[in-house]
Amino acid sequence: MTTPSETIEIKDIERLRAIEPRFRGLESGHRACQGCGEALGARLVLQAAGPDVVVANATGCLEVFSTPWPQSAWRVPWIHSVFENAAAVASGIEAALKAQGRQSKVLAFGGDGGTFDIGFQAVSGMLERNHNVLYVCFDNEAYMNTGIQRSSSTPHAARTTTSPPGKARMGKRHLKKDLVSIIAAHHVPYAASTSVAYPADLRKKVRRAIDIEGPTFLLVHCPCPLGWGHDGALTIEIARLAVQTGLFPIIELERGEVTEVMPLHKPRPVVDYLKTQGRFRHLFSDDPRALEEREHLQALADHNISTYGLAIDHADPLDSEEADTVRRGGLVS
Amino acid sequence: MQQALEGSQAIAKTVAQCRPQVVAAYPITPQTHIVENISKLIADGVLDCEMVSVESEFSAASVVLGAVAAGSRSYTATSSQGLLLMAEVLYNIAGMRLPMVLTCANRAVSAPISIWNDHQDSMAVRDAGWIQLYCSSNQEAVDTTVQAFRISERTELPVMVCVDGFTLTHTLEIIDLPEQKQVDAFLPSFHFSRTLDPQQPITLGTLVTPDYFTEIRHAHHRAMLKAADEIVAADKDWQAISGRASGGLIREEGAKHADTAILAIGSVLGTLREAMAQYEGEKIKLLTLRCFRPFPEDELRRMCKGVKKLIVLERALSPGAGGIIGAEVRAALSRMAQPPEVYNYAAGLGGRDMPLDLLERILKASSKPARDAFSIFDVQLQKLPAGER
Repeated sequence: MTTPSETIEIKDIERLRAIEPRFRGLESGHRACQGCGEALGARLVLQAAGPDVVVANATGCLEVFSTPWPQSAWRVPWIHSVFENAAAVASGIEAALKAQGRQSKVLAFGGDGGTFDIGFQAVSGMLERNHNVLYVCFDNEAYMNTGIQRSSSTPHAARTTTSPPGKARMGKRHLKKDLVSIIAAHHVPYAASTSVAYPADLRKKVRRAIDIEGPTFLLVHCPCPLGWGHDGALTIEIARLAVQTGLFPIIELERGEVTEVMPLHKPRPVVDYLKTQGRFRHLFSDDPRALEEREHLQALADHNISTYGLAIDHADPLDSEEADTVRRGGLVS
Repeated sequence: MQQALEGSQAIAKTVAQCRPQVVAAYPITPQTHIVENISKLIADGVLDCEMVSVESEFSAASVVLGAVAAGSRSYTATSSQGLLLMAEVLYNIAGMRLPMVLTCANRAVSAPISIWNDHQDSMAVRDAGWIQLYCSSNQEAVDTTVQAFRISERTELPVMVCVDGFTLTHTLEIIDLPEQKQVDAFLPSFHFSRTLDPQQPITLGTLVTPDYFTEIRHAHHRAMLKAADEIVAADKDWQAISGRASGGLIREEGAKHADTAILAIGSVLGTLREAMAQYEGEKIKLLTLRCFRPFPEDELRRMCKGVKKLIVLERALSPGAGGIIGAEVRAALSRMAQPPEVYNYAAGLGGRDMPLDLLERILKASSKPARDAFSIFDVQLQKLPAGER
């Protein structure tokens, strides 16, 4: 593994920043928890999207921590209406901009609750009607704003306050909804998954989506230290493990067909990921069901790896181990 | 220009004359003809507008919310279940002070399912913070629609124009449709003060702590009360252009020194007006409550001065409490030195016919002291099992 300091001189980095200073659409000083994956995700999305955007945001942590009146951390025009309508509000903004001949790109932001569950219908409607909107789902796999309740995005067997493990249960009983496939079934021009652990991948996908005229969708995997039960300093490491185990596949789809994946060279065992988080702690007890559930989760990861052809037999500068390390600074020739 | 038009068609043509830039709607009976007609006007090139045919009323309201925030004049229409599905967004639109116009083709609320007319739907969202204007004829629906856009945009409050489903929306009437230049003279183009614009980014819909919430509710309440002047001014100014008044806050018709007054809202006024002919010379008057929100308390008290008996006839109720308008009227009149005695009836529920002899029958019913503060008129008890009568 190489680090930027070994390959790039400090003065080169400063020069690059001067040439391409990154736009801060979400300013610092907001009230997110330390290590918040969603705050990082939103900042990265706007870095890539730039200032010429209008954002419609669903109710959730992102809205709450960024806009305690009379303060706002947003440097872009931003509106929050209710929980389940970010996609519909974005549709309306887009229709208005079209009617007025304005060119700004419309973004919709929602969490997994606002996208997989309560706002699901509005997202589907927006995609079907072909609005020129990039919908970004910040997926931290539970209702964090209300205190960590299970959503349809919560992984199987994970502990939340409404899927607690106990004598009769081993955490969430159901599978994580395969949202990307459902989005793909709308045959939108572009849909992708990405993770805050891979900022270069994330920014590249935002830019790609922004350039497309039509509905596009980005699923951004964002650890929540509070909800997942890990140290805020480990956000990136844990997000990387989710990808490296195959539990959260990084893929791109065009018109419903998979076109690109982030390959895994030597996939990590899922226990490496599970053991980092309090939400899976009950899977490491003596209970015989714990082993069963770990095996179940490994099988889900293996299924992802085979479904999307993630495994490669050689190291690749773009695989899940090297990807962002190599691309940071973008100077590898 | 006078034309024989179905109510929905007349409303659609009028909406088009108001030049909305975004229309979003979802089909529901009896609102459907309005958006069908708007769609046809767009298809025919008469109206240049983004029509967003959404997947639910919830999204219809959300789309127009976003469109107004982005600076476009916007319109939607719905009924009944659709209005209730919108309810959360209706509060949100009003709370964010986003100006827009919604036509509610009034219909009963399920269960039991009924597609026919009463006012339970708009009454259910009376506290959402919208201005509510009720129309007693299709001509009023046309004129009120034009006025609604100006009222809304001047006050930054959304306006709900309520028209009785079927009774108005599906009824052919001779309508004096405004000329485009009349509407243009009355209604300037829309400039929203808080438009979402990357050149001047603002944050809308923030989290508000208890430190500010009370003040924002106060400001909203004050704005609603002040809107009464705009509603009166819009009616007056539109009358100067069109030659037609729609009744301001409350329309007063009948004997000057009446001792009996009948207050009602919506299309039943057409029936009551006609029935009044047989009471020529008697001390009876009709009060058409056109503006239900803001509630015109002062106007009501002024018109009830000297009235001994006030009959409030409404098409909705709060089960377990009684009349909705009746309760508000009683509260307003309680501040009078000599308030009239109030008789409160609900009638015409779920499309039950309100024929010409209704006036005679309610006058007769109220000729003796009311046993209850409120009752549902026209109940045919024999249709109910004994235990539910």
